[in-house]
Amino acid sequence: MSTLRPDLEVIARHIPAGARVLDVGCGDGSLMAALRDGRGVDARGLELSPEKVELCVSKGLSVIQGDANRDLAEYPDGAFDYAILSQTLQTAERPDLMLEHLLRVGRQAFVSFPNFAYWRMRLSLLVKGRMPVTPHLPVSWYETENIHHLTIADFRALLAEKGVKTEGCWFFAHDREIGSTGANWWAEHAVFQLSR
Amino acid sequence: MATILTSTSAKLTLPHALPLDSGQALEGVEIAYETYGNLSADKDNAILICHALTGDQYVANPHPITGKPGWWSRTVGPGKPIDTDRFHVICANVIGSCMGSTGPASLAPDGQPFGMRFPVITIRDMVRAQVALLDALGIECLHAVVGGSMGGMQALSFAANFGERTQRVLAIATTARHSAQNIAFHEVGRQAIMADPNWQGGAYYATGRAPDAGLAVARMAAHITYLSEAGLTDKFGRRLQDRDSKSFGFDADFQVESYLRYQGISFTNRFDSNSYLYITRAMDYFDLAEEHGGRLADAFARTSARFCLISFDTDWLYPTAESRNIVHALNAVAAPVSFVELSAPYGHDSFLLDVPAQDRVIKGFLE
Repeated sequence: MSTLRPDLEVIARHIPAGARVLDVGCGDGSLMAALRDGRGVDARGLELSPEKVELCVSKGLSVIQGDANRDLAEYPDGAFDYAILSQTLQTAERPDLMLEHLLRVGRQAFVSFPNFAYWRMRLSLLVKGRMPVTPHLPVSWYETENIHHLTIADFRALLAEKGVKTEGCWFFAHDREIGSTGANWWAEHAVFQLSR
Repeated sequence: MATILTSTSAKLTLPHALPLDSGQALEGVEIAYETYGNLSADKDNAILICHALTGDQYVANPHPITGKPGWWSRTVGPGKPIDTDRFHVICANVIGSCMGSTGPASLAPDGQPFGMRFPVITIRDMVRAQVALLDALGIECLHAVVGGSMGGMQALSFAANFGERTQRVLAIATTARHSAQNIAFHEVGRQAIMADPNWQGGAYYATGRAPDAGLAVARMAAHITYLSEAGLTDKFGRRLQDRDSKSFGFDADFQVESYLRYQGISFTNRFDSNSYLYITRAMDYFDLAEEHGGRLADAFARTSARFCLISFDTDWLYPTAESRNIVHALNAVAAPVSFVELSAPYGHDSFLLDVPAQDRVIKGFLE
């Protein structure tokens, strides 16, 4: 699992063996493959790109090509122990509704997202007065898939509003895990483990 | 030139009567089939390929009548996505067809061709015959059942009715039920055949006259549904056939007319009109949910097979929505399922043609 992105590594570490998992926006299936091979997890995926689905199928993974904005609604209630949404929330048409579906389909959810209130972002916006372009968010505002930028504080507010419980949270800067103090300033991205 | 693969052509006569959905039973059913590649000692590397409406068992070797390469020779063979160096591939002519398996042109117990006395069959009846063949071959559990179009319907029906007998189900460009539009196009074809005076109520075999004109029209209408509008435009546009200007008559002025006429006429050399009636009927009757109390998910409740579905963005005969419908049903019973909509310009026929992404998905899924 050492080749996993740090946020995926954290998620993988907290999923028990044999769990049933839905990876929403599973990409090339590296997390799913790690979960399956490392701990016998029954992992399913949902992915928009046909090319990535093809890659997943060739790894023997069960992945459905579809749009999480629409197709998540088709999954039955409580079908999975965990629903995972990594680095995808900010691309959702309605992140709030997607969060509700995650916690409907899964008993718990893992959500990871880039923190727009990271100090370099703030500084960039303050000094240059332009939407930040960083190694983690390298695409200009007019062509980015990230249509709903959010901060850790925004996310916590949404959780409070929806009555969602935080089971755990982890923060990262420069691909290393950091402490939670002042995370909304210091974290480039965050992982939350959630339940109803 | 097509390479000739090592294959075995064989014919099996079922030892028992085949029970049919209509309530009737067929005695002495013959099943003509081809096999490629070696069956492992454990008999665990068999892949059953189910053919489409006008397909046959000649999946990878030249057709004995037309001499053309097998209908899926680009997919099945040594080193190909369905690798005959690894897998034992079985492809059987469906019952009701006319390439060696029992159908309306076969002789009834009275020594005369069945004609319209042949019982109406269903997709599930076809699958029962395939399973009887597997029984005879001593194959308990398939590595995979694979099919496109009507072959996909058989693969799904196999999963629903004999789910414990396959590890994988690969259904391409298919549907779990025929829509009103699907039935409508088939009815046009059937009426064309039955309106041909040479059809003679289906009892044409000994008369020296067959309803070829009707069958050709049926094929022409169906062929249009296998292609995409953009594909037709691309291939023919409004170009004229061997002439510089319109004839102001009813000759095949346009290339597309000439093409369709050729498709229709050449089809009659290799296909029996009554088989066309019976098999299109079987497809129209197909509704997997109806067979399982009206809920498609229930059809898949008892199988532990892995599924893979493929659709094509230009297929308007069995559009992507039909595959998604199947995927949702499989999800509802938590069956392991993969699905991908591939982009290809050829319409429904894409599954038979050069779509490298399909090759990769098939190969990956069968690993």
